[in-house]
Amino acid sequence: MTVDVTTDVLVIGSGAAGMYAAVSAARNGADTVLVDKSLIGRGGATIMAQMTVAAAVGEQEPDHWSHHLQDTLESGRGLCNEELAAILCEEAPLRIRELDEWKIGWAREEGHMKQVMAPGHGRERCVYVDFLNTGPAVARTLRTQIGRAGNLRRASELTITSIVVNGGQVAGAVGLNMETGTAVTIQAKAVVLAAGGLTRLYQRNSASVNMGGDAYALALRAGAELIDMEFVQFFPIGHLAPRLVGMDPIMWDPFRYKLGGRLLNSEGDEFVQNYGHAETSNKYTAPRDVASFAILQEVAAGRGSPAGGAYLSFEHIPEADLRAAFGPVIDRLAANDIDLTKHGIEVSPIAHYHMGGVRVDGQMETRVPGLFAAGEAVGGANGANRLSGNALSEAFVFGERAGRFAAEAIGDRVDSWSNEAARSAVDEIMAGRHVAKRQSGPGLASMLVTLQKIMWQDVGLLRTANGLANARTLVQDIRWDIGDYPGASDHRFALSMQEWFDLRNSLLAAEAIIASAQTRTESRGAHQRGDFPSTDVNQTHNLISRLDGEGLSVMVAPLISKPFDLIPLEAAE
Amino acid sequence: MTERLAHLKIQRGGFGEAPAYDDFEVPYRDGMSVLDALIWIRTNKDSSLAIRYSCTNANTCKECMVRVDEKTVYACTKRLGTTPVTVGPLTNKRLLRDLVTDIVPPREKLSLLLGEPSSEE
Ligand SMILES: Cc1cc2nc3c(=O)[nH]c(=O)nc-3n(C[C@H](O)[C@H](O)[C@H](O)COP(=O)(O)OP(=O)(O)OC[C@H]3O[C@@H](n4cnc5c(N)ncnc54)[C@H](O)[C@@H]3O)c2cc1C
Ligand code: FES
Repeated sequence: MTVDVTTDVLVIGSGAAGMYAAVSAARNGADTVLVDKSLIGRGGATIMAQMTVAAAVGEQEPDHWSHHLQDTLESGRGLCNEELAAILCEEAPLRIRELDEWKIGWAREEGHMKQVMAPGHGRERCVYVDFLNTGPAVARTLRTQIGRAGNLRRASELTITSIVVNGGQVAGAVGLNMETGTAVTIQAKAVVLAAGGLTRLYQRNSASVNMGGDAYALALRAGAELIDMEFVQFFPIGHLAPRLVGMDPIMWDPFRYKLGGRLLNSEGDEFVQNYGHAETSNKYTAPRDVASFAILQEVAAGRGSPAGGAYLSFEHIPEADLRAAFGPVIDRLAANDIDLTKHGIEVSPIAHYHMGGVRVDGQMETRVPGLFAAGEAVGGANGANRLSGNALSEAFVFGERAGRFAAEAIGDRVDSWSNEAARSAVDEIMAGRHVAKRQSGPGLASMLVTLQKIMWQDVGLLRTANGLANARTLVQDIRWDIGDYPGASDHRFALSMQEWFDLRNSLLAAEAIIASAQTRTESRGAHQRGDFPSTDVNQTHNLISRLDGEGLSVMVAPLISKPFDLIPLEAAE
Repeated sequence: MTERLAHLKIQRGGFGEAPAYDDFEVPYRDGMSVLDALIWIRTNKDSSLAIRYSCTNANTCKECMVRVDEKTVYACTKRLGTTPVTVGPLTNKRLLRDLVTDIVPPREKLSLLLGEPSSEE
């Protein structure tokens, strides 16, 4: 075996977190390689994000990061890692301003950044790029920085299948060359895992194909721990019907920020206020977990829309106002035969973001020396429920830090690569090459659909002991069925092989969610148990998952708290 | 009611092979895209079909370009009707397999990172 690529820092995944980490590692002096299973900057959630980024830049009205932190902790239902949350809130303004210098084009009015209100925030705090263009602008801006960095190489179409650990230290990674179906070995002194989230595990989701939980499975198998895997955030008003092409299913969020909009059941009544939150027609304030739960309950009570959700109506809003707020988007809707002045559309909760994830310290390092994580892959900062706009801030802030601390760490580290440590990872890829070249018929793609249904039904918005046990058995059965290496190979564009590695990761991530959900016998934030409907103060702790010879285990860990002073603000004008 | 069907003729095969065509019938749903049909085929009929896409709905990743009846389109936004269509790969890019072509920007190619001679340009 020869080592194909050698570098100081390897960054896995090129969303906002990975691109920021790569730029940051490179500018802090490390020879850096950035890889993605898809195309650089295009494969994950980042480019799909449409709306806002939360940061206390205080341009719209006086604000201070301590207030952002207070809102974040409140939204997190008592479970946030307060150290990580404080880092997120304190450093978000730095990253927003740096992106501004890099000409991202934040929306402005009267010479200042425009900031809007979003649910759960006490201030007008969220910046954005018009029209519904925040994510693409982020991706473009960071790609430009990557192109400018000197000591930074990058490659698309490399799916990392294992992180190589030797003598308890990170030594590099092994990946699948998508074009040829062969193994690629990368030796690195530090690895930043920025491979994004897992919402593709659910039948109704806002995910791209590359969001099947690779980060969590790679981390577990490398010996790192995960935290609070039971907290999957459902976005309450994902588009459900009629079929809408060319637009993201979470597109109605900005409409609601700007215009309100009414959420109605099949009887034409507003209902969110019946579930413990006073939401009125013109304001959009209900936290995500409350709104999702309310829709689910209406559907269960037989008051759902035909496709199994709720109606979202803008019929009371004048056409001129719709057009003023959304310009070209109104024409794209018309091309989909949707006229908001005439009809409501159907919406449903969809899996949207993962609060849980890789457990890291304030330097973004896992318990495996040299293994760092960043972005949505990281768990803990957002507790049991994330505030809107915090995910991109998290990706920027944690990405910048992971890259910086990884670059610092390589100074005192020697290469720990050994072929032996990489052997099994290489072998499982090469084993796939010796099986039948082409296999038709439904294959792994249909197994993923089965997994998505199980997760939606039993591990989604409302969970019970029976449902979770059932799901765990089914997940283990599928894991058994897929065997120990890819069962089909395709030597040019190795999609079937990639799907095998993807599914193996998805199954492990799914099992981690289920195991934590089984352990948390209470309802809190995004984790709702039908058999334990109230919050239990005695479970105000985190749950940590580990993988070892015995399989997956879950244990309790105390919260990380960090007191802070709430800086008084001058009254808003 | 008889089920409405969409009909797709799809080009198969890799670089340097003579193109073959496979015919598929897919249950038609109002408003469905070409990508919806391709995903249905991979899930229910033939998982060896190679396609490239990421964002699925948002039309932001721009990875899903193919040719439908000789016109270049995004598979995720091109609507399907019940009249038969022919789907093939882009013709101005190097073919990898089936509907997948090499659209990776030159400086982001894995072959460059691996120090291999470039396979095009
Ligand atoms: C539709 C949508 C809208 C959103 N809107 C907002 C918003 O308005 N505001 C907000 O704050 N947040 C929003 N979010 C959440 C936010 O976009 C994400 O949390 C954030 O972009 C995550 O960034 P990331 O870099 O961690 O991951 P991603 O952007 O998902 O990038 C991960 C990358 O890793 C790659 N990858 C995965 N596995 C591997 C592997 N094994 N090998 C190599 N590469 C791999 C993927 O291809 C991908 O490119 C939205 C999310 C979605 C889905
Ligand atoms: S799938 Fe992303 S643009 Fe078509």
